[in-house]
Amino acid sequence: MQKLVIIGAGMASGRTLEHIVEASPDAFDITIINAEPRGNYNRIMLSPVLAGERSYEEIITHDDDWYASHNIATRFGKTVTSVDRDRKVVIIANEEVSYDKLIIATGSTPFIIPVPGHDLPGVIGYRDLEDTNAMIDAAAKAEACAVVIGGGLLGLEAAAGLRMRGMEVTVLHNDGHLMNRQLDEAAGYLLQTDLEKRGITVMTNANTQQIAGDGKVEKVVLEDGTEIPANIVLMTAGIRPAASIGQATGIKVGRAIEVDHQMRTSDPDIFAVGECVEFESNIFGLVAPLYDQAKVLANTLLGIEDSFKIRELSTKLKVTGCDLFSAGDFAEGDAREDIVFRDPKRRVYKRLVIENDRLIGAVMYGDTADSNWFFGMIKDGTNIESMRETLIFGPAFQGGSASQMDPLAAVAALPLEAEICGCNGVCKGDITQAIEAGAHTLDDVRAKTKASASCGTCTGLVEQVLAVSLGDRFEVSAEKPVCKCTDLTHEDVRRLIKAQKLKSQPAVWQELAWKTPNGCPSCRPAINYYLLADWPLEYQDDLQSRFVNERNHANIQKDGTYSVVPRMWGGITTADELIAIATAAKRFDATVKVTGGQRIDLLGIKKEDLPLIWSDLNNAGMVSGHAYTKGLRTVKTCVGTDWCRFGTQDSTGLGIKLEKKLWGSWTPHKLKLAVSGCPRNCSEATCKDIGIICVDSGYQISVGGAAGMDLKKTEALVDVATEAEVDEWVTAFVQLYRENGKYLDRIYKWVSKVGLDWIKEELSDPQRRMELFDNFAISQSVYQKDPWADHVSNRANQYEPLADLTMEAVT
Amino acid sequence: MSWTDIGELGAIPIRGSRIVKTNAGCIAIFRTTETEVFATSNKCAHKGGPLSEGIVHDRKITCPLHNWVFSLETGEAQGADVGRIKTYPVKIKNNRLLLDLDAINASAA
Ligand code: SRM
Ligand SMILES: Cc1cc2nc3c(=O)[nH]c(=O)nc-3n(C[C@H](O)[C@H](O)[C@H](O)COP(=O)(O)OP(=O)(O)OC[C@H]3O[C@@H](n4cnc5c(N)ncnc54)[C@H](O)[C@@H]3O)c2cc1C
Ligand code: SF4
Ligand code: FES
Repeated sequence: MQKLVIIGAGMASGRTLEHIVEASPDAFDITIINAEPRGNYNRIMLSPVLAGERSYEEIITHDDDWYASHNIATRFGKTVTSVDRDRKVVIIANEEVSYDKLIIATGSTPFIIPVPGHDLPGVIGYRDLEDTNAMIDAAAKAEACAVVIGGGLLGLEAAAGLRMRGMEVTVLHNDGHLMNRQLDEAAGYLLQTDLEKRGITVMTNANTQQIAGDGKVEKVVLEDGTEIPANIVLMTAGIRPAASIGQATGIKVGRAIEVDHQMRTSDPDIFAVGECVEFESNIFGLVAPLYDQAKVLANTLLGIEDSFKIRELSTKLKVTGCDLFSAGDFAEGDAREDIVFRDPKRRVYKRLVIENDRLIGAVMYGDTADSNWFFGMIKDGTNIESMRETLIFGPAFQGGSASQMDPLAAVAALPLEAEICGCNGVCKGDITQAIEAGAHTLDDVRAKTKASASCGTCTGLVEQVLAVSLGDRFEVSAEKPVCKCTDLTHEDVRRLIKAQKLKSQPAVWQELAWKTPNGCPSCRPAINYYLLADWPLEYQDDLQSRFVNERNHANIQKDGTYSVVPRMWGGITTADELIAIATAAKRFDATVKVTGGQRIDLLGIKKEDLPLIWSDLNNAGMVSGHAYTKGLRTVKTCVGTDWCRFGTQDSTGLGIKLEKKLWGSWTPHKLKLAVSGCPRNCSEATCKDIGIICVDSGYQISVGGAAGMDLKKTEALVDVATEAEVDEWVTAFVQLYRENGKYLDRIYKWVSKVGLDWIKEELSDPQRRMELFDNFAISQSVYQKDPWADHVSNRANQYEPLADLTMEAVT
Repeated sequence: MSWTDIGELGAIPIRGSRIVKTNAGCIAIFRTTETEVFATSNKCAHKGGPLSEGIVHDRKITCPLHNWVFSLETGEAQGADVGRIKTYPVKIKNNRLLLDLDAINASAA
């Protein structure tokens, strides 16, 4: 078998390998060598890792198992120094690996501007996991500040990520506006103000004179004398192809390793792919063309004729909330004509550049929904003369009126060659083919076509193609926008509420460009929850944004009457309470039912009577059971050591303590707990959101159970010895859910999204646990009050009709 | 027209609602903004749900029982649902709410 050796396990070689092993698993005996101590991961997703939106584990594309199962030998953490072409061996420190065919895929390295002080500790580039972790560590320090030199794609993603981690961030950019290679001034301005709103300082026309500090970075000095304090300096002013192996080996190197249309270097047995390559005087910095190269290289090695061509590129920025798009050429020119659309209120800017009736460039900020349609026209050189008037409004305004404004119709109208996924060069036809072949979910399509598998910005489009092809049979699996009022997902909105310090609903509507004047019944309750959970002291709960049950603190029934459930702590009641309940039931003619949550439901109460029955129950010492809330419902208990011959701990007492601790708090969805006195589990703790099983040695806390529409057993969170520790862990866990969960995700859904490992990691840090514990207490200082008593004394009139005109004379 | 005082504007929260009992059944008074109110039948055209308990958004109301949405201006059901609720003239004068009793009695008759 031929020996194929690859230097560099990056995005380009990773893709090449996939093509090879897929087409012909036994064609080569493969060895891959990588300087980073790991295999291939999705480098472009380091930005979400930095921002805390993803974990490193989530962006690994090839793990050890993958290499092993494809019989690929790996040498990770080893740097190749040169290649001996006569003996056909690759040289690593004191080892040699022989090859028949060699691929150089060493990528590029960050360009470090050689100003004085550039070699101080604390000056970093942004290329790999080590750099990312160094930034994360730096951001964890108190009052840390960062200077980012270079306001391009990479620098801004880094700046946004560091800011999300709480750092003071200053971006220095040497041009007059940010991302000047991809954006025009207007879009650059909008981007700058959006970043400034997040608290990032942006300085344009800023030239660094030196980086200064005593043994480590302390400040950056500009040519005009300005000094900016810094604990780290990030250099994102460009990249340089890593071509040194080419030079050492004596193959042809210009700015990078020169290759022909088949990715072959000047040595017929040596190939190169990725950012270390120069092709027809071009070098590369985005993944889309590298993936094309990878395919050509794999075909060449397998003896299939193929040829690399450069295609048009587009750019998006992976900073949540800064939607921008640019493609083609947008410099001004005599023969060129601009079409511009602005909506200052929505902070939208779109510009199309037209030459000879063809679209040659597009820049968009704030609304990029139609970007793929425009990009397709740039690539295809479509004649736009007939639609010039309405072009800027996008595909929804073209052609027949039936399709107007329907995004699905626009996707349906796209030709099969239209590109959907820019990173992987996947067009609509590839996706519809995969769908016909049985790929019916986003994950299937990803696995089959790679569409939306890299940067993910086309996920929405891929879903729309699925929806168009499958109709009702398509169930959306990925995150969708909150509702029709916005394109943002719940996760985006939560993050932005925190990041932009949005503290009122109008602020959310305005700053996040809501498309409706004041939301809808889907988003309003969600936003209300996010705001009260994130800003308990500043935000005022809005009853008008609550579903009737939570506004009227009772469950509405199908005939418009209500049910009333008083709290029965841990399922324990007294004869006096039962007498009061019975009396109230008689007075208001209620149906009495014992619930599945160890308490009593009084059904059929008229709205006007609610304050009266509450006040009766309050007088007997009872409070609202919140049977109607996205909040704490019940803590079920068993009789435990008080009575049971098997009980190991005071399960009833602990349940009551937990219920007294947690009641009144609002959560993303309802929250139910149970405590069982021994593993016989009479209170069904192992199918609750949080379950506690008492054992001789203490308490087993498990989470994420379900026993409603889904059935699921809880998973172990932690075992602790004392009740105090149960309190600490459970409270911190609930607060983590409150701060991060998506509205209407029960705990089991949230856990499956963020991963129990992440939760354990957060909670096992005692400091973080205490922080969550304290945050919960702050929230409870506002929200732990009996709403019934509150409404009886402050809002009772709202339960009465405004007026009674039935006695007015008929005229 | 016979404008009848039914109470103070401030008695209804913005994006909230209160009902008025009349011979034509319960009428829901909705307040959409600082200075805009609408009056409709409180009874959902679907299965009679109490519309005054729904969520007010823009000039629309969503029924609390099964989420039908109605225009407060025209009473027409929105989207795919078909149905209409009665609407009545209501106005604000010196921060008081005035409802046209004639219109109501006409529909009661
Ligand atoms: C009253 C009660 C039934 C009973 O007579 O026993 C009940 C009644 C309702 N449940 Fe329940 N559930 C009741 C215990 C449960 C349980 C058992 C338990 O808590 O141990 C479950 C399974 C465990 C769980 O929560 O998953 C349960 C799973 C559900 C679900 C499914 C939730 C899920 O995510 O799968 C819903 C629907 C929802 O919440 O969206 C629901 C919704 C409802 C609603 C609110 C439906 C509605 O929107 O009108 C019912 C309100 C009736 C009312 O007006 O009072 N109810 N419901 C129980 C009240 C317990 C209490 O004391 O608070
Ligand atoms: C934070 C970040 C965000 C990005 N975002 C985007 C984006 O949104 N869209 C986009 O299109 N592109 C983006 N890029 C660019 C994209 O990641 C690169 O184009 C791509 O990774 C290049 O692939 P490659 O295989 O050529 O090189 P790499 O992926 O860099 O792989 C090269 C590998 O070779 C190893 N190596 C180098 N020299 C040696 C040696 N002598 N011996 C052994 N191993 C060696 C390196 O350690 C490295 O692991 C981003 C880049 C970064 C850093
Ligand atoms: S769980 Fe154990 S202690 Fe509790 S009632 Fe059942 S058997 Fe008894
Ligand atoms: S009763 Fe109003 S939607 Fe069904």
